[in-house]
Amino acid sequence: MVMTMNDETKQAVLNFTVRLGDDAVVMGHRVAEWCRNAPFLEEDLALSNVALDFIGRARMFYGYAAELANDGRKEDDFAYMRDHREYQNLLIMELPRGDFAYTMVRQLLVDVFNLYYLEQLMKSTDEMLAAIAAKSIKETRYHLRRSQEWVLRLGLGTEESKSRAQKALDDIWGFTHELFDLDELEQQMAGAGIGVDNGSLKESWSLKVKAILLEASLTVPEDGWKVKGGREGYHTEYLGQMLNEMQCVHRANPGLEW
Amino acid sequence: MSQIPPLVAAVYSERLTRRNESVLTEIWDLLDQVKDPEIPVLSIWDLGVLTQVEMQQENLLISITPTYSGCPAMDTIRDDISSLLVEGGYQNFSIKLVLSPVWSTDLMSPEGKANLQQYGIAPPVSNASCNSDECLKISCPHCGSLNTKTLSQFGSTACKALYQCQDCNEPFDYFKNF
Repeated sequence: MVMTMNDETKQAVLNFTVRLGDDAVVMGHRVAEWCRNAPFLEEDLALSNVALDFIGRARMFYGYAAELANDGRKEDDFAYMRDHREYQNLLIMELPRGDFAYTMVRQLLVDVFNLYYLEQLMKSTDEMLAAIAAKSIKETRYHLRRSQEWVLRLGLGTEESKSRAQKALDDIWGFTHELFDLDELEQQMAGAGIGVDNGSLKESWSLKVKAILLEASLTVPEDGWKVKGGREGYHTEYLGQMLNEMQCVHRANPGLEW
Repeated sequence: MSQIPPLVAAVYSERLTRRNESVLTEIWDLLDQVKDPEIPVLSIWDLGVLTQVEMQQENLLISITPTYSGCPAMDTIRDDISSLLVEGGYQNFSIKLVLSPVWSTDLMSPEGKANLQQYGIAPPVSNASCNSDECLKISCPHCGSLNTKTLSQFGSTACKALYQCQDCNEPFDYFKNF
């Protein structure tokens, strides 16, 4: 596949792959922030392991991007040497981790999305993207099993856990619409059988998410406000701060490996 | 149990055939010395990480596949293979990370699973014999009881979950079916 791509397609696949890497690394970093901050030891381990899966996923996407770019850049250059305007992750990934309920509600919404998204990406005509998706979906199923259980426990737990989970849901909901938007590049990739038609995933996503929320006795927010812009590089103020922390060691010591 | 599970999964048999039919027996054998840095009773063969050893022109090509995407052991494994080959006098070799076909615990060797059990880690229940959560009864590696419960779906590493035996009360790691 890679050998026969023309330059224009190659560039498009490269850009598309970098976005998927951005989604994974940003989400991974947010979840990793719980390392040594989680409510108890087992949860600390679990969150760190989930974070590692996302970071590993980012490495696979960036590694493939580096291969496509073939200009000397390595996976680290994609993660550490690009500014927030160059990052094209979906906004939901970059939202600060908040409290534990916020982290778990976001995790659920993202996990369900990833489940359906990766299922489609596994069918990509690009063999490498299909292979990364096949690898990642197994991990996502595990993540979802956990985030689903936690949201149930929070929703059906105490008054406080329920109100925190509901608040998180209300605060995050407006960021979920962006998951199903396709810009020009995504349309092109979906059309070519390389990417995924996100829009077509919305129904399955809504059904599954709503069923879980119902079971957790949480109220599905109404579709009111929407925020988008991540794919164009327009981010919340939080991404810049996060990247600052994530990138500072590498930028102070360029090319450092350990 | 209506079905008797197969002793080894098809994916493992294929890998075993690849090894048995290979002319590079000494390399496969040599690489048995490379262990999972986190679980030293498992070689990369046992783990299913070592997928192919072949000659491409004058170059020895070793293919490995990652367990979990973010598993930090992969970098160590790669380094260990490299130093072992250099020590063994091999100079022209490369190590390739392949993602497809995707790694699963069905690729693990029966010997590896037995070693895990002895080491105190419950080995993964085979994908071939189980497709739902209901049949996932995990046996305690200490006393053999099936009366066990999950403490956490993630244990000390990404590949393990934390369990506790409700008969002997010992907590233990379960190498997750994946």
